[in-house]
Amino acid sequence: MVYRTNAMICTCTNCISNGALQVKDALEKEIKKQHLENDVRVVPTGASGLCVKGPILVVQPEGIFYQLLTVEAVPHLVEEHFLKGRPVKSLMYVPPGEEAPIPNIRDIPFFKNQRLIALRNRGLIDPDEIEEYIARDGYRALAKALTSMTPEKVIAEIKASGLRGRGGAGFPTGQKWEFCRASPETPKYIICNADEGDPGAFMDRSVLEADPHSVLEGMTIGAYAMGGTQGYMYVRAEYPLAIKRMKRAVEQARDYGLLGKDIFGTGFDFDLDVFQGAGAFVCGEETSLIASIEGQPPEPRMRPPFPAQSGLWGKPTNINNVETWANVPVIINWGAEWFSQIGTDTSKGTKVFSLAGNINNAGLVEVPMGITLRQIVYDIGGGIPNRKSFKAVQTGGPSGGFIPSDLLDLSVDYDRLQEAGAIMGSGGMIVVDEETCMVDMAKYFLEFTTSESCGRCNACREGLQAMYQILTNICAGQGKDDDIELLEELAPAVKDGSLCALGRTAPNPVLTTLRYFRDEYEAHIKEQRCPAGVCKALIAYSIDPEKCKGCMLCVKNCPQGAISGEKGQPQTIDQEKCIKCGACHEVCKFEAVTVR
Amino acid sequence: MADENQGELTARLTPILDRYEGRRGVLVSLLQDVQAEFGFLEEKVMSTVAEALKLPLSHLYGVTSFYSQFYFKPRGKHIVRVCTGTACHIRGAPAIQARLEDELGICAGETTEDLVFTLETVNCVGCCALAPVVTVNDRVLNRREQRKLSGWIREQRAP
Repeated sequence: MVYRTNAMICTCTNCISNGALQVKDALEKEIKKQHLENDVRVVPTGASGLCVKGPILVVQPEGIFYQLLTVEAVPHLVEEHFLKGRPVKSLMYVPPGEEAPIPNIRDIPFFKNQRLIALRNRGLIDPDEIEEYIARDGYRALAKALTSMTPEKVIAEIKASGLRGRGGAGFPTGQKWEFCRASPETPKYIICNADEGDPGAFMDRSVLEADPHSVLEGMTIGAYAMGGTQGYMYVRAEYPLAIKRMKRAVEQARDYGLLGKDIFGTGFDFDLDVFQGAGAFVCGEETSLIASIEGQPPEPRMRPPFPAQSGLWGKPTNINNVETWANVPVIINWGAEWFSQIGTDTSKGTKVFSLAGNINNAGLVEVPMGITLRQIVYDIGGGIPNRKSFKAVQTGGPSGGFIPSDLLDLSVDYDRLQEAGAIMGSGGMIVVDEETCMVDMAKYFLEFTTSESCGRCNACREGLQAMYQILTNICAGQGKDDDIELLEELAPAVKDGSLCALGRTAPNPVLTTLRYFRDEYEAHIKEQRCPAGVCKALIAYSIDPEKCKGCMLCVKNCPQGAISGEKGQPQTIDQEKCIKCGACHEVCKFEAVTVR
Repeated sequence: MADENQGELTARLTPILDRYEGRRGVLVSLLQDVQAEFGFLEEKVMSTVAEALKLPLSHLYGVTSFYSQFYFKPRGKHIVRVCTGTACHIRGAPAIQARLEDELGICAGETTEDLVFTLETVNCVGCCALAPVVTVNDRVLNRREQRKLSGWIREQRAP
């Protein structure tokens, strides 16, 4: 059947929680009601990117972008757009601070400034249908590799492309493949690390939900290049939809003979199982992930030997991250020369980031390496909401660090970010505004790594705990004069004394906040003051009688009944009863509740 | 009586054990299925599995206790999770957690005595653009839906 128009509705986890499935049903029903079912096809897609505006509908081929859809809005939308051909302005995207809507997805700055390789099919295909992937050149690279390239040539191509691991460490992918290919033992295992454990990161979830076959194809090409026969897709348990879509993709690939025996009639065999994690951050570390699949307690082990020599069940094993695998088919199709023209000298291609926190356009972005943080935060991200000011951007999650505003022109590149004390990481990018306390953030990440430390190395187990305790004391107003020095002494000890990347990088959030926001630590310790107004022991809420209109909204929202006063008159807060939850500050429409 | 229970236990376990028979790298998956069947990993279930797999019980505990998503105590009918990912943290997760702990009368990680609710924190559910989020029985609630949460909790409690 040939349709006039495709209504591409995003059905990622984000949009589903905003009601995308109900909107999709309503859309289908209304299209039928208007007798348009032979003209308009409703296609469920994976994440389209601008997650904060979901549910999202993009009408193709025109590319009209609709956002924040509700079931109630659907009848009007269908009648106007699909029946009468009049796009509905009230449902379009309006840039922050502007009034004119932008109808076409290609003109919206959030999308316009991105460059898609790993996310090439986002919003354009139904992830549950392999034919749609194939129609977008899917599995062409696999056919090319299997029928016209030797394994050595595939590895040479990946090496020449300059592709580096997108999981965070940035190791050259081609070189890693070469090590595994050179290992004489068999069988060899090919693993995709989709144990996206960094809090605040959702790139891998989005790729798996939007385009599972791109990862499968990449892995199969890798298996051919390295001589692998069995693959594992290790997905974290917190991503049920990604697991479901990936399992379906594997079945379809098997049905089409793209996985299994004698792929493309070339005699090459490769099959794959989807493995569901059970909730342990350290499993993102490759040796720990291997132990997890083996059914051992997932503790990291010493390297060497590297998994390329001795991995799963002691056999040569190659592990790459989701985004790395998704890049592979494109490199094979378009060639290393094309790929290596994108990016900087040492960082080639693009990087996917999940942009979240205090930012207007929270969502999934893919940008060429070398772009500045300022372009990501402002041109793509649309800046900071609620008239607040930018304070820092956090990359690399618990292993990364904070980059302050005066480094906003830093270019996104493995090495530049490392120099600034942060890391590229797997792609979590959290923007924080002036109301975020950097000591509290350091404490937050240390609380995370302390509880996720497997406990094997003393330095990580005890050292992080000691650092966490110091940070807790500082936030509680019990900081001591030499606490900063003690933190600076403990951090390198933890780094040096830890076996795996968890411990070796866990002090980074503390070190970068100390490097760029030392004055905040000092204010907590010496002046008993939390400049951002976050640390409860050091703040008090009060109501400015000049600004308060006596609307009583804060009174209604106070869980303690601590606010009192006459209606229409300024209110007051009883400091004895106040638990400093901040509810009054959040609901006040007149900015009358102040934090000191 | 004890044998009868054991018989029923074995009957429920057998199809799961059969499914993974002779396969490597399936211990975690097998135990996930066992947990899905029984709700949590009770000691007698674990020892039956250990015996069937010819593995020491201590090994099974060593593996399962490492992960946050294996449970050794009964859990509530409804699982409420507060996401404590970075984006959720800076956008108010601690206050949400405090409020839910107060409303449910339990701390995160605990289950109400009537076994209706379990409250947990989760490191990140990857819905950072909607932050702060709460999940109820694996369904992610955005901020608008969270406003209905208190009412829903009261409804579930009503006799």
